[in-house]
Amino acid sequence: MSAPWKEIVRKIDDYRWEIPTSYKAGMLVPGLIFASEAMLGHSWQEQAFEQVANVAFLPGIVRNSLAMPDIHWGYGFPIGGVAATRVKDGVVSPGGVGFDINCGVRLVRTNLTEDEVRPKIEQLVNQLYVNIPSGLGSEGKIRVKEKELEEVMVRGSRWAVEKGYGFLEDIIVTEESGSMKGANPDKVGGKARKRGIPQLGTLGSGNHFLEVGVVDELYNTEAARAMGIEALGQVLLLIHTGSRGFGHQICTDYVALLGEAVKRYGISLPDRQLACAPISSSEGQDYLAAMSCAANYAWANRQFILHWARESFSKVFGKSQEELGMRQIYDVCHNIAKLEDYTINGKKEKLCVHRKGATRAFPAGHPDVPDIYRSIGQPVLIPGDMGRYSYVALGTEAAMKETFGSTCHGAGRVQSRGAAKRSLRGADVARALAEKGITVKAGSMASLAEEASEAYKDVTEVVDITHKAGISLKVARTKPIGVVKG
Amino acid sequence: MPINKDFEILDHTADVGIIAYGADLKQAFANAARALFSLITELDDVEEVLHQDIVVNASDVESLLVAWLNELVYRFDTEAILFKRFDISQLDDTHLKARSYGEKVDSSKHKLKTGVKGATYHMLKVDKTDGFRVQVLFDI
Repeated sequence: MSAPWKEIVRKIDDYRWEIPTSYKAGMLVPGLIFASEAMLGHSWQEQAFEQVANVAFLPGIVRNSLAMPDIHWGYGFPIGGVAATRVKDGVVSPGGVGFDINCGVRLVRTNLTEDEVRPKIEQLVNQLYVNIPSGLGSEGKIRVKEKELEEVMVRGSRWAVEKGYGFLEDIIVTEESGSMKGANPDKVGGKARKRGIPQLGTLGSGNHFLEVGVVDELYNTEAARAMGIEALGQVLLLIHTGSRGFGHQICTDYVALLGEAVKRYGISLPDRQLACAPISSSEGQDYLAAMSCAANYAWANRQFILHWARESFSKVFGKSQEELGMRQIYDVCHNIAKLEDYTINGKKEKLCVHRKGATRAFPAGHPDVPDIYRSIGQPVLIPGDMGRYSYVALGTEAAMKETFGSTCHGAGRVQSRGAAKRSLRGADVARALAEKGITVKAGSMASLAEEASEAYKDVTEVVDITHKAGISLKVARTKPIGVVKG
Repeated sequence: MPINKDFEILDHTADVGIIAYGADLKQAFANAARALFSLITELDDVEEVLHQDIVVNASDVESLLVAWLNELVYRFDTEAILFKRFDISQLDDTHLKARSYGEKVDSSKHKLKTGVKGATYHMLKVDKTDGFRVQVLFDI
């Protein structure tokens, strides 16, 4: 067991806490945790702090091993962790991305209001559930051949749009324009392909969901308007899923491969799940090429799901896409490693930024922010649990300086899935949500109990810390009225 | 310390771990596989309709445990097979050969519970000192 938190962390200010390198021999940089004192006091944090310290062992890590306020205990890396390594002499770690490569969030606006949607919410949720394959063992409605899967690996969302699933405008407001460069299908093994083919175009299970939400707070009306969020009561759609078994298998294959590389390159690590290889090595390059394939698969996946969601809305409300105005606001990933430029000690440096349960948060003016948002900054999408809120925020210059352009990604678990299931029944969770005016359709009642609000931190506390610390700034809040869970 | 159970489930904030026991390492590896499928479905509902032979190799015994469980995750994900019994005929630190018995998922009788993304190396343990005991954390 690790030490009590007060013996591990040192207060910098109300929202910043440091784990000094003296905490554990082998740490190359200090840990930096964004949190309030109230959050730090919980016992469930201590394992996560140990993991923040462990990540600080990675060769080439720059400045800090970072933790966002939604941090919780993961495997190897903490969830809510950010680590940047120098490309020239640092490492890349598949565990710093995780199994669900490019798990991410896509937010879509509509012209609909709560008053129009409420009377049909049951029908809408059922239509989404029928139209979008979800749940454990579900297979997609589209069947690609292996050659087409390779196209998906290289071209991501763009491939889906060219096949008629969505619009070019969707790609413009997708991180990396929905197709990450450097993807090489030759680096993806047969097992990942076999898992990937039937699961393309599926939501999956666990914490993945579709959420129909209503704007209930606006903090920055000008930025909101730029995103097409015009008024309180407006209905938005949030899609949360990733690269399914395709990404899981790529992670599995490369953690095993890089576990061997660690020995070859003489890297010493406190946790085998941190397995890594120099970015410049063939193993490191191969992982990044395969990871990019999974990232593109995930973007294509969310593109298909968006298309079926639009169809579902059209059918239920009897309106055309023009009338519905279902324009994508943004799509951002929160499990990824990206090569990005930063100024370190006055010098421009290329870094590999691992975001494991953390969202990119680039400021106004950054060249990777789409033109339509260039003057306000990149939209940051932060889903909460299904019973509370979700947030839209903006990336900032402070994030570039402090967190390698990163912020939080969600609420963060506080209760294990087992404990949630033991203390709550799925039927009771559904009833409690219904009382709050939230209609839920879930593939399994057990998964509903696992994902109950009680199992999560309050996302409002998380988002308030990132807002006050300045690494992302709040724009709008939505509350869910309908949810589809896998 | 004699233990009268095959395996137990460990709570973890985001994911789920298992500890499996055995009189020998083969039994502990077989029980770890049972524990994996107990997360996915109710083992009592699964019948032994088919079997598959599985061979796994790795560089050390801990990696072998992870590779064995990941091979089963892969077969469930691609062939929808629920396994419930594992007859491990060969096992040393780097090599495993097993015949696994179970059946294809039938939604009319199998309730699928938790999706398992993969077995991790975090908290991984293969303990041969006092009875055989193995520990693995899954990403779910």
